[in-house]
Amino acid sequence: MIDVSTPPAPQRNRPLLGAKRVYKANTKHIPVLATLVLLIVMYSVGVYNYDGFGDTQVLLNVFVDNAFLLVVAVGMTYVILTGGIDLSVGAVIALTTTVAATLLEAGWSAAVVLPVALLIGTVMGLGMGCVIHFFKVEPFIATLAGMFLARGLSLLINRNSIPITNDFWTQMAQKRFRFDDGVFISLNVVIAVIVVVIAALVLAWTRFGRNIYAIGGNADSALLMGLPVGRTRIAVYTFSGFCASLGGVLYSFYTSSGYSLHGQGLELDAIAAVVIGGVLLTGGSGYVLGTVLGVLVLGLIQTIITFQGDLNSWWTRIVVGILLFAFIVLQRLVTRKAK
Amino acid sequence: MTNLLRHRLFWPIAVLVVLLASNLVFSNNFFTITLQDGHLYGSLIDILRRSAPLVLVALGMTLVISTGGIDLSVGSVMAISGALACLLIGDLSNPDAVGPVLLVVGLAIALCLVFGLWNGFLVAVLGIQPIIATLILMVAGRGVAQLITDGQILNVRSEPYRVIGAGYFLAVPVSFLIAAAAVALTVALTRRTALGLLLESVGGSPTASRLAGIRARRITIMVYVFAAAFAGVAGLIYSSDVSSADSNAAGNLIELNAILAVVLGGTALTGGRFSIAGSVLGAVIITTLDITAVSVGVPVETTLLFKAIVVIILCLAQSATFRAKVFGRFSAKRTVPA
Repeated sequence: MIDVSTPPAPQRNRPLLGAKRVYKANTKHIPVLATLVLLIVMYSVGVYNYDGFGDTQVLLNVFVDNAFLLVVAVGMTYVILTGGIDLSVGAVIALTTTVAATLLEAGWSAAVVLPVALLIGTVMGLGMGCVIHFFKVEPFIATLAGMFLARGLSLLINRNSIPITNDFWTQMAQKRFRFDDGVFISLNVVIAVIVVVIAALVLAWTRFGRNIYAIGGNADSALLMGLPVGRTRIAVYTFSGFCASLGGVLYSFYTSSGYSLHGQGLELDAIAAVVIGGVLLTGGSGYVLGTVLGVLVLGLIQTIITFQGDLNSWWTRIVVGILLFAFIVLQRLVTRKAK
Repeated sequence: MTNLLRHRLFWPIAVLVVLLASNLVFSNNFFTITLQDGHLYGSLIDILRRSAPLVLVALGMTLVISTGGIDLSVGSVMAISGALACLLIGDLSNPDAVGPVLLVVGLAIALCLVFGLWNGFLVAVLGIQPIIATLILMVAGRGVAQLITDGQILNVRSEPYRVIGAGYFLAVPVSFLIAAAAVALTVALTRRTALGLLLESVGGSPTASRLAGIRARRITIMVYVFAAAFAGVAGLIYSSDVSSADSNAAGNLIELNAILAVVLGGTALTGGRFSIAGSVLGAVIITTLDITAVSVGVPVETTLLFKAIVVIILCLAQSATFRAKVFGRFSAKRTVPA
């Protein structure tokens, strides 16, 4: 019964997610693996150079501080996988926190405010998706308009930072899941992880996920194959809008405030995380797990700069730029080889 | 052709007229231009002076967009050029000497040319999507600017440098003259030589242009160099006007405003066609919008909402009816597909 001659190769090539769909497993995993290696190298360098860097809590704090970015980046991953882009996410976060804070200040119940807050981004995403699909407006411009709209609306509602004192909100903000003495994660992390897991599973194992990859690969082919291109595309922007709103709610937990200037430049962080995570910007290739690694890389850069002490925050930008460059060139080489 | 051109610029002009007219109603003395100390003063002059940086950036953006690209890094390039100029002028022994200041200005623009080459290299040689290629410099560039100024706001006192952004020549603002010269140069280059045609050809199809013997790669690199140089000059004007280099505020969101100006002016983002007059008009409209908001007394945030609505309307107008017309005519004229 035992066939000794069977090569073990397929086992080794097995991808982490979506095994059946991937034919060139090795090339498709190189960007994600590169990010993973980079992450490990960065972490090791940190542990080696700084006292206390190896504490579990330091790593967990990267999650605690970036939970909202993780959620937003997951939505962005979906959009970029279809070959689009969503510039409105930062502004949607601002609008969500502003609306939530304003309504809570006016004495609304949290049970009403929370769904309303989540609906804001979802509706905006739906609207942008419809404009992109039905009117063939470029995603870049449609979401740019969405960005102006969301930022303008939140500025119109209130220009100032509004503190949130609602009981439910403070409870959620202070909720901690403790594993050990001094080792904990916040509720935001739990929510973010749930979003990541669901998004990864949907992308890997559902028809919807497969359609996303198909559209990103070649939208015309997908259409000719009879795939619901329009519906999928609109759903993807709606999902990204929802993620941005959820990110906004997490951000309002994190900062206990609503402010029209929250989340400035966050869309670029999210895009950077997605790119560093190895998702191809032309669409069609990449994994949610890669995005998670991308967010961790950004978070670790921040942590290392904090530990270093004498490096200023603007180094973050430069390092992120260099990393972006490295990964894009890597992607370029990988896709050229694949051709 | 002239008919089409008039049609394309009709709405931008109408918007500008409406904006100016609303100023006539809401604010006094809006159209009064007075001569004080040999300088022209007035809201209209102010609009000309303040729109100079955006006009410059929009010019570069128009060239880039005409090749089907986009340049997100212009704001960061503005910040870098202002930062470098202010740093070097701060080191001068005599900041009021004209020669050294000119040298500094030249150095700052030269650095911007390098950044333009870098963008062009990424797009044309490595073949990276323009949005992403320029995103790198957009993210890193502000960091570089902050590195140059050490995270501080650098203040400079230099009379010759101040002239660039806040000075007057023959009673006319110098920044306006610089912008006008840049517009004239661009128009001359693109409409008096074959360059404009080549740009539109590359925007239409880089591959077809290359096969037709056009050096598409070189032209693509060139437009990014132009965009960066214009952005650098805009950065000098901005920092000279406020006599300081602020790495965070300089050129903040200007890339989006410039793209908006180009779209307002009737240039399609898909490339292959461009209107310099339209972009200049678009930039002036945006500046007028901002100044009008202040003079009328409405909160600044309303302008953002207004911009959003204008973009949405323009996009829909461009896509639904405009495109249908173009495609309809295209298929009616040529029955045989290429």
